[in-house]
Amino acid sequence: MTQSRWLKFAVVAVAAFGLIFIACSDDDDNGGGGGSGILQTVLDRGELNCGVKETQPGFGFLSPDGTRSGNDIEFCRAVAAAVLGNANSVVFVPASAQDRFELLAAGEIDVLIRTTTWTASRDADLKGDFVTTTFYDGQGMMVRSDSGISTLEDLAGATICVTSGTTTEGNLDDQFTARNIAYTPLSFENDPEIQAAFIEGRCDGWTADKSNLAGQRAQFPDSAGGSAALTILGETLSKEPLGPVTPDGDSEWNDVVQWIVFGMIQADEFGITSENVGSHVANPANRNVARLLGVGFDGNAAEDFGLGIPVDFMQKVLQQVGNFDEVYQRTLTPIGLAREGSLNASWLNGGAIFAPPMR
Amino acid sequence: MAAESARGSRFLRSRRSRSLAIQAGFSLLLLLLLWYVVDRASQLELGFDFLNGPAGFAISHTWLVEFDSSDSRIAAYLVAVTNTLRLILVGIVLATVIGVLAGVARLSDNWLISRIATVYVEIVRNTPLLVQIVFWYTAIFLKLPRIEDERSLFGIAYLSNRSLALPWPEPRGDFFLLWVIAVAIALVPAYLVRRRRARREAETGQTTRPNLYAVAVFAGVALVAYLALGLPVEIDTPTLVRQEFTQSYVGGLSITPEFAAMLFALVAYTGSFIAEIVRGSIQALPRGQGEAAMAIGLTGYQRITLVILPQALRSMIPSLTNEYLNLTKNSSLAAAIAYADLFQISEIIINKAGHAVVMFMVVIATYQLMSFAISAVMSYINRRVQLVGS
Repeated sequence: MTQSRWLKFAVVAVAAFGLIFIACSDDDDNGGGGGSGILQTVLDRGELNCGVKETQPGFGFLSPDGTRSGNDIEFCRAVAAAVLGNANSVVFVPASAQDRFELLAAGEIDVLIRTTTWTASRDADLKGDFVTTTFYDGQGMMVRSDSGISTLEDLAGATICVTSGTTTEGNLDDQFTARNIAYTPLSFENDPEIQAAFIEGRCDGWTADKSNLAGQRAQFPDSAGGSAALTILGETLSKEPLGPVTPDGDSEWNDVVQWIVFGMIQADEFGITSENVGSHVANPANRNVARLLGVGFDGNAAEDFGLGIPVDFMQKVLQQVGNFDEVYQRTLTPIGLAREGSLNASWLNGGAIFAPPMR
Repeated sequence: MAAESARGSRFLRSRRSRSLAIQAGFSLLLLLLLWYVVDRASQLELGFDFLNGPAGFAISHTWLVEFDSSDSRIAAYLVAVTNTLRLILVGIVLATVIGVLAGVARLSDNWLISRIATVYVEIVRNTPLLVQIVFWYTAIFLKLPRIEDERSLFGIAYLSNRSLALPWPEPRGDFFLLWVIAVAIALVPAYLVRRRRARREAETGQTTRPNLYAVAVFAGVALVAYLALGLPVEIDTPTLVRQEFTQSYVGGLSITPEFAAMLFALVAYTGSFIAEIVRGSIQALPRGQGEAAMAIGLTGYQRITLVILPQALRSMIPSLTNEYLNLTKNSSLAAAIAYADLFQISEIIINKAGHAVVMFMVVIATYQLMSFAISAVMSYINRRVQLVGS
């Protein structure tokens, strides 16, 4: 009697194990193939989880009234518009400098668009797949205008405030050690505390990406002298190409995000904006414009790049968000980061913003 | 047929088989979870080699240990550990002092004193610690004078919101370590003297001042060794270094606003909980203890230190241990205000070098070790103060 019970139990247990094992290995086979990646997850969910910053005006900023603004926010919206057809189908997930790659690896966010610098170790070691650069940044140094400091050498013996958990600490040390300048770093987790420390004269310099510094300078409180009280030194401590990041190991999803960004760059080149996209759709000027907008040309059907999203995805992006330049002018020009003459100008104007052919 | 189904339902209904099934299912889930974790972990690099690489970043706060950005990551980690230890050791001592004072004060007959203690406990206990840390930092310590208009004390100590720079003993010459060893050895005769005199006091009933004699012996040996080894300690006075555009302090002991804010916040917060523990333990004593102490003519101070607190201590210690452990763990909030504690430095290492899983295991192990050490000391004290034979 007892023996037979044990037997039954054993049979059930083995069967259960077997079933689960089969289920698991089945899962593995499908992984990476069509239909089970992040793209499908996003489509099923009907919402895009986008990891963003909340404290950086011009890039990712959550204002006290609850509205979000910034270049990164616009790219999140563009991805949602392209994939889901609605730029508002985004759940913005606040990502800190420290936890952003964990959020990405854990699948908490589908894409990380948070002023993240593309580096070799992050690409390889931290398991992120970088998309093309949306903003060419560089680390800079901000000082009080009345301090008289005009070069990095003037900062000998200084205390420098740093935003912790970024490449900034390493770059700062590389530059100052190479020039043999003695300094003390002070690494903060969040910008509000750095600002407080900087206002009170706790540190002589404030180092971060220039984009960040420009944003902080633009909103420096008037009681502390306003933006005129601060000067960003001309020297650049590092190159910081910022762009969206997708989780490692899903190149299909990476392609989707990649070509949405390229599409926005390409639309800028063609002069297609949110205002005139309607007329371009109705009457594409040439085959390339038709390909970009996913409409037929010369009696041929619309071409599908095979990205797994609707062929007219760029129409949605342009209607609801705009092209690369529109987004830039809306978010970054107001904080004092001019596009003309910088690396962020189009390659046609001497910049580095370039999209491979969309065909 | 009928018998068959009856057997089947008995099998299903039997308590034993049901509990077996539940246990089997649970074990299965546990196994799967374990398998998943091991499977995930096997994809990670779990070596410690990356800790030998150069740190590549500088550290704002160093204490006892010198650090340079070309030193290894493990050196950076050790600096961070000393920073955390400095915070929690000083914090535990001060929190205990503040807590005992506030706890006793809450029971004071003096209306003003007991009210002040109550307000302190209620306000501090009911405010999130992170809020208090940022408050102490931005609203108090950053508001100290700037380094341009700092306060100086006879040119040997300076106060500004860069740091409170104080003179501090520094090792001099090659015999410093030898002297430290001599001082450690001096504890032995001090202990022996104390024991002998204490025994005599217990036997004869005469006052023999065992503690005073023990301290005298200890200080005497330390002083003789100090002179014999050619004054192995000197006083390092901080100096203000002015460069064209910047000013900084060099030398001495530096108490930065970050450290001070962390310390004040941790001490005030933990102290408020300790105050409640002290109050509770005192109130749990039989009233007769205090009354008896009064009856034999002890002063208020003697009543507290000789009768009340020693007895209250017995029930306090387990709860005190908890508070000390909380203080230790709460010290990890330091990153919010740029104090280079072990968690902040670990995060910088992770950001520069990756290997988050390994680094977190190291961090967890370090906190565990600190907590175990505190628990061990506290349970030793606990054994010592318990009633013998109870």
